[in-house]
Amino acid sequence: METGVVVLIGLFFAVSVYLMLSKQLVRMLLGIAILGNSVNMLIFANGRLTREVPPLIPKHLYTPEFATANPLPQALVLTAIVISFSFFAFLLVLAFRAYQELGTDEVNKMRVAEPDDNQTPPQGY
Amino acid sequence: MAGSSVSVDLTQAMVTAPVAAGDWLIVAPSLITMLGGSLCLMLRKNTELQPKLGIAFLALLVLASLALLVRVLDYGVITMVMGSWLPPFGIALTVDALGATLTLIGSIVALCAGIYGMATVDGTGRRYGFYPFLLLLMTGVCGAFLTGDVFNLYVWFEVLLISSYGMLILGNDRIQLDGAVKYGVLNLVGTNLFLIATGLLYGIFGTLNMADIAMKVSALENPASGTLSTVAALYFLAFAMKAAAFPVNFWLPASYHTPNVVVSAVFAGLLTKVGVYALIRIFVLILPDSLEYMADLISLVAIATLLTGAFGALAQSEMRRLLGYLVIAGIGAMLAGVVVGSIEAISGAIFYAVHSIIVMTALYMAAGIMSYMGGSYDLRKLGGLYQKNAAFAGVFLVLGFAVSGLPPFSGFWPKIMLVQAAFNDGWGWLGAAILVSGFLTTLAMGRVWIYAFWRGGPEGTPDGTSIAIPAGSVVQLGGAAPWIPLGILTALVIYFGLQPEWMIELSTQGAVGVGAGVDDPVGYLRSVFGDQG
Amino acid sequence: MRTIIFRTIAPYLTALMVLFSIFVLLRGHNEPGGGFIGGLIAASALAIFGIACGVASVRRAIVFHPMSVAGFGLFIGALAGTLSFFKDQAFMTSQWLIFHIFDAEIALSTPLIFDIGVYLVVVGAIGSIALALEEREVD
Repeated sequence: METGVVVLIGLFFAVSVYLMLSKQLVRMLLGIAILGNSVNMLIFANGRLTREVPPLIPKHLYTPEFATANPLPQALVLTAIVISFSFFAFLLVLAFRAYQELGTDEVNKMRVAEPDDNQTPPQGY
Repeated sequence: MAGSSVSVDLTQAMVTAPVAAGDWLIVAPSLITMLGGSLCLMLRKNTELQPKLGIAFLALLVLASLALLVRVLDYGVITMVMGSWLPPFGIALTVDALGATLTLIGSIVALCAGIYGMATVDGTGRRYGFYPFLLLLMTGVCGAFLTGDVFNLYVWFEVLLISSYGMLILGNDRIQLDGAVKYGVLNLVGTNLFLIATGLLYGIFGTLNMADIAMKVSALENPASGTLSTVAALYFLAFAMKAAAFPVNFWLPASYHTPNVVVSAVFAGLLTKVGVYALIRIFVLILPDSLEYMADLISLVAIATLLTGAFGALAQSEMRRLLGYLVIAGIGAMLAGVVVGSIEAISGAIFYAVHSIIVMTALYMAAGIMSYMGGSYDLRKLGGLYQKNAAFAGVFLVLGFAVSGLPPFSGFWPKIMLVQAAFNDGWGWLGAAILVSGFLTTLAMGRVWIYAFWRGGPEGTPDGTSIAIPAGSVVQLGGAAPWIPLGILTALVIYFGLQPEWMIELSTQGAVGVGAGVDDPVGYLRSVFGDQG
Repeated sequence: MRTIIFRTIAPYLTALMVLFSIFVLLRGHNEPGGGFIGGLIAASALAIFGIACGVASVRRAIVFHPMSVAGFGLFIGALAGTLSFFKDQAFMTSQWLIFHIFDAEIALSTPLIFDIGVYLVVVGAIGSIALALEEREVD
């Protein structure tokens, strides 16, 4: 079980790195989205994969009846999902605005902040 | 719980003893800024009230962090667990001298930025949310300095990051969008690396509490092997990215000169230092053996960072990009302190962080005033500022001396501590690199001063003459607002230069607190787990 | 996209989704659900309404700017944690107020206030991003 998931996580990482190496901003963003998902799966697998019941305690009890799944990785993954989701949404808006303003989504051509003809400081007094 | 009739032994899971009101000072910095930030967010349209409200909350933050520092010095390390759940189950906020000192300095800088922002952030910038984002940024920064939980540290990093995105695109200019894309993507990748490492760390130890992990690591037979060294390498890469260390520093000069100058000032002061703080916390407290294992690599990175920063600064003619490279050079000096790892070196790194937070913010603020006076950030177009305002020229000279590490200003003492520690522990090359970098920084700053202040006018002005000062050019400065924070920060720079004793004492306490040079950071662990820890 | 069927249905669908989101929010304490999920459902309701009837009508309908909603959520969320200060307990320790009306036990608590805060933050933040994207599409 774990081996399969680990291979899958590796594939996800490979895909995301491949996409992030692209020059197109949209592909990079897709890569970042996949990177976020692979990290989430990694955390989930690190909490050990078991076939237990969900960590819910029945109403009439105060402690779980059976051994339950580990709730902590789920909480961590949920937090990470929330964060990566909102960042992805923000970056999408940002990339769209940048595309509108700069007229390109190729990162090598985004040279407004760092002009190609970087002038050296004055050489003499 | 609701209608409890079955008895559950709560002392096994929860803190039942009453919590002293003074312990609430730990959450105060984050809480004050969060409440203030959300209030300002609701009042975004009210551009008149916002600055007052924002500055009031920032002043409150300074008071709270001062009280927190005093309390830490009186009572030692303080821990508070959220929701009363016992550690390692509950999220613990743990503050020692290191965290409290950096929180105090960070809040002073934020207050100064809030005042400075009254002059440079116009109505549009205020409606876009300068003050709410500044406050929420401080929530993240203070939270990161005060937390005792690795995952919580990640969350504070993200809080800080999302507010910094908001501040970076305040004006929505083309150049800002360009800078923000690069800053945004690279920092997000950095935090993802941090998260991967945290996930693996959790997989190994089953806990995320820093003190708990530190104890479990020191109980291992071979604490620098296998997965743990992978974790350490990932952490190093992630924090190096945050701190803009050498091979992953390109985002900083690409973005820090694009936003409003006060935003650059806050970023230059605080963001990279949070990365350095995390590096000190994780490596010195939790993974000291991995630090030894990776010392050669980190020392190379430190040397490269020191030199990249200094040479980069020499090659720039844009003031803000030049200062961006100086931020990088400072990061190299702090990394050098972390590598050497003795008490003196770590306390030197902490003192250097304090110095760098103050001086870099002040320099960016000065650059803002220079561009108001001279009409440009470009060294080729600046000139004759000494005639316009000789006192300001003096202030800039003080800051330039401080950032280069010349006496008698605040940069001198941490550099001495770092260089001395490096030579004592056989890291001669590191010490030499710090000195060379300081020398090159002196050249860069001296050139700025000669070109922008001392010569008669911009490029093309004949020797020996001076341009006529256009009447009323100083009126644009917006009253006293930009001068007060610059004055406060410069006064601090001079004060730490003349009276370094208590800051040295404080940073030594901070270094001892994270366990530099000793095997067992007793105070930190005991504070979290009580005396049995 | 703006067919007459969609435009007729969208307001009812939005109302239903907002109602369901509040149900999910309140259910969250002891069962699956909670502020984040509820907030996402409500934000998607706003997005659907925006696609069907235009962003301007959404902004009119929710009265406050989405970021102000998020700010208010953050404010009450942070405030909910501070109530334990008055009982000498740590930050975020939950406080309960239980009373009985017609044999039904009603439990009010600070986690509920916190959850409502999370709900508002999510509605505000995600809603404003969604509305911003929809607005651009029209340009």
